[in-house]
Amino acid sequence: MKCEWALRRGDSPELFRVLGTPDASNVPHADVADDSHALMMYRQMVALRVLDERALVYHRHGRIGTWAISWGHEAIHVGVMAALRDTDWAFPSYRENKLCLLRGMSPEAILAGCRGQPEGFWNPHEWRVGSICIPVASHVPHAAGFAWGEKLQGRDTVAAVFFGDGATSEGEFHEGANFAAVTRAPVLLVCTNNQWAISTPVSRQTRAMYLADKAVGYGIPSVRVDGNDVLAVYEATRQGAERARDGGGPVFIECVIYRAQAHAFPDDPSAYRDDVEAEKARREECLGQMEAYLRARGLLSDEQAAQYRSEALASVAAGIVKAEALPTADPELIFQHVLEEQTPAMRSDMERLRAVRTRYGSP
Amino acid sequence: MTLLAFADAINLALREELHRNPRAMLLGQDIGRSGGVFRVTADLQQTFGADRVVDAPISEAGIVGMAVGLCLSGWRPVCELQFDAFSYPALNQIFTHVSRYRWRTRGAAAMPMVIRMPCGGGVKAPELHSDSPEAYYCHTPGLVVVMPSTPADAKGLLTAALRAQDPVVFLEPKKLYRHARGEVPETEHIVPLGSVRTVREGSDVTLIAWGAMIDVAVQAADVVREEGVSAHICDVRTLSPLDRAGILDAVRASGRVVIVQESPRSCSLASEIAALAAEEALYDLRAPVVRVSGYDAPYPYYSVEHYHRPDWARVVDAIKQVLAA
Repeated sequence: MKCEWALRRGDSPELFRVLGTPDASNVPHADVADDSHALMMYRQMVALRVLDERALVYHRHGRIGTWAISWGHEAIHVGVMAALRDTDWAFPSYRENKLCLLRGMSPEAILAGCRGQPEGFWNPHEWRVGSICIPVASHVPHAAGFAWGEKLQGRDTVAAVFFGDGATSEGEFHEGANFAAVTRAPVLLVCTNNQWAISTPVSRQTRAMYLADKAVGYGIPSVRVDGNDVLAVYEATRQGAERARDGGGPVFIECVIYRAQAHAFPDDPSAYRDDVEAEKARREECLGQMEAYLRARGLLSDEQAAQYRSEALASVAAGIVKAEALPTADPELIFQHVLEEQTPAMRSDMERLRAVRTRYGSP
Repeated sequence: MTLLAFADAINLALREELHRNPRAMLLGQDIGRSGGVFRVTADLQQTFGADRVVDAPISEAGIVGMAVGLCLSGWRPVCELQFDAFSYPALNQIFTHVSRYRWRTRGAAAMPMVIRMPCGGGVKAPELHSDSPEAYYCHTPGLVVVMPSTPADAKGLLTAALRAQDPVVFLEPKKLYRHARGEVPETEHIVPLGSVRTVREGSDVTLIAWGAMIDVAVQAADVVREEGVSAHICDVRTLSPLDRAGILDAVRASGRVVIVQESPRSCSLASEIAALAAEEALYDLRAPVVRVSGYDAPYPYYSVEHYHRPDWARVVDAIKQVLAA
């Protein structure tokens, strides 16, 4: 007898969408967002976009260091965060250093972080946002452990962890997903599938038909969402969070978009990517879609759109000025917060460093 | 005081702390129902339940990574990794997150966790079951690294580790689990992290060692005592941050130093201690510092492990070398 090899999950691979569907024209409807909520999400997307635009310029001018672009990812960041409670936590990858902006952190602090200043390194408890994770996927177990820890204490906190398509090839993604499933941790695994891990296309990342299929192996329910559709991301997250909060354990949300920009600066996508494809993706990107929707429904005027943009620009412009005005970092910084107390060796190293600088000046 | 094996002293420290701190929890492979491969956590799950003594999937990076999130949620996780070399899959978590989270958050989010693992050889184990990985951890800023050598210290240092606000890598010489027995206080017993223990005072030669090598140093000291040589023995016990003052005192006790370790020689803790003596106490030295160590080779098949692992004869030979200089 021939056995049947299951190569893919049986569920529909259709992307979940709200914008552009008949449902969308009926908004406000109870199960998605009401008008003011939708407008608020748009405004947040504008703020993130403007921060990205300006940061790229600041980077080129040498005013900040490496900047991980998330231009085009705004619907995912805003949609997920808008669906969480203020007490829920987010665990960002290197690309989501802007999540704190959605929780109220200033552009100044975020830009200071990109200038290597300590002011940009936040207190996770203050913003309910875990520390930024520079290595790929190793924050997935953190989110699972945190969510599980909360559940064990009888709290109904949910954690959302953000990672990209490339992260699903890393061992710690799998260890974290497996642990989350085994412990039924209320964690939302939010995969930004933008089709590229620097220059590696998703077709070189996996032979799985869909990244969401990986969740099936762990017994984790998954959904594929149009990552350009902020209302769809919001709605999928809202349902996933509710499910997790009610004891349903983790969910996997694959947000499908296309990375129309570079990976980060410096990176030159023309070396590996088809410009025509990227241009098409830029026409379909999330901010334009949401804007068209709000205009069609008469919720957004030209004046309002212009005002949101100029507000954001002013805020970011003030932020970089303030970040640049921060005092020059003291070398003592090197020896702070390594351990609870400085060791005698650190103290003597610090004194030696000071003495040398006094003697020879700072290079 | 009660007479306990080294493993049981660790069990007692864990039990006391699970009672004292409702946010302490243990996490590891086979630690619950089976009590761990070395029975170190025996019966703890029975007492404290499966949510506080957790049988984890076989997933070293997952265990340590989950512990990072548990710390953020207010728990004090204690991770057990089954063997020294099986901690290598977790090194990414330990190096990139556990050791840096306090620094990365400007002191706002500490990682008060203990990562326990058996270490060292001498028990006829297969490959990757006998490594001495302390140098890897000592080379990583932000970690406290501890290796006890007696049951009393095992209890006292572990209790201190369980109350520390920094992540502690707690290395347990597996050779000692059942071989070392000693008096252990039954009431609260804390040995502060960060100070050496003087095992024996002496004036002719200084032996510096830690973990299972303390017994070897004592055997060697007993042999040379027959010849009238007085050996000073210093147990480093907190391997990082080093008690530099304590070590320099031991160096100056005789000015002739032999450092004994199981791990390979190059770039090791013995090398660090030798460099410390050279930088800070050169003019108190009466002979070049000598290291007795495992060789720069993988820990061998157990038919020859007793040649790799320092024994009293190699230490006595080194003592003669520094005395003759």
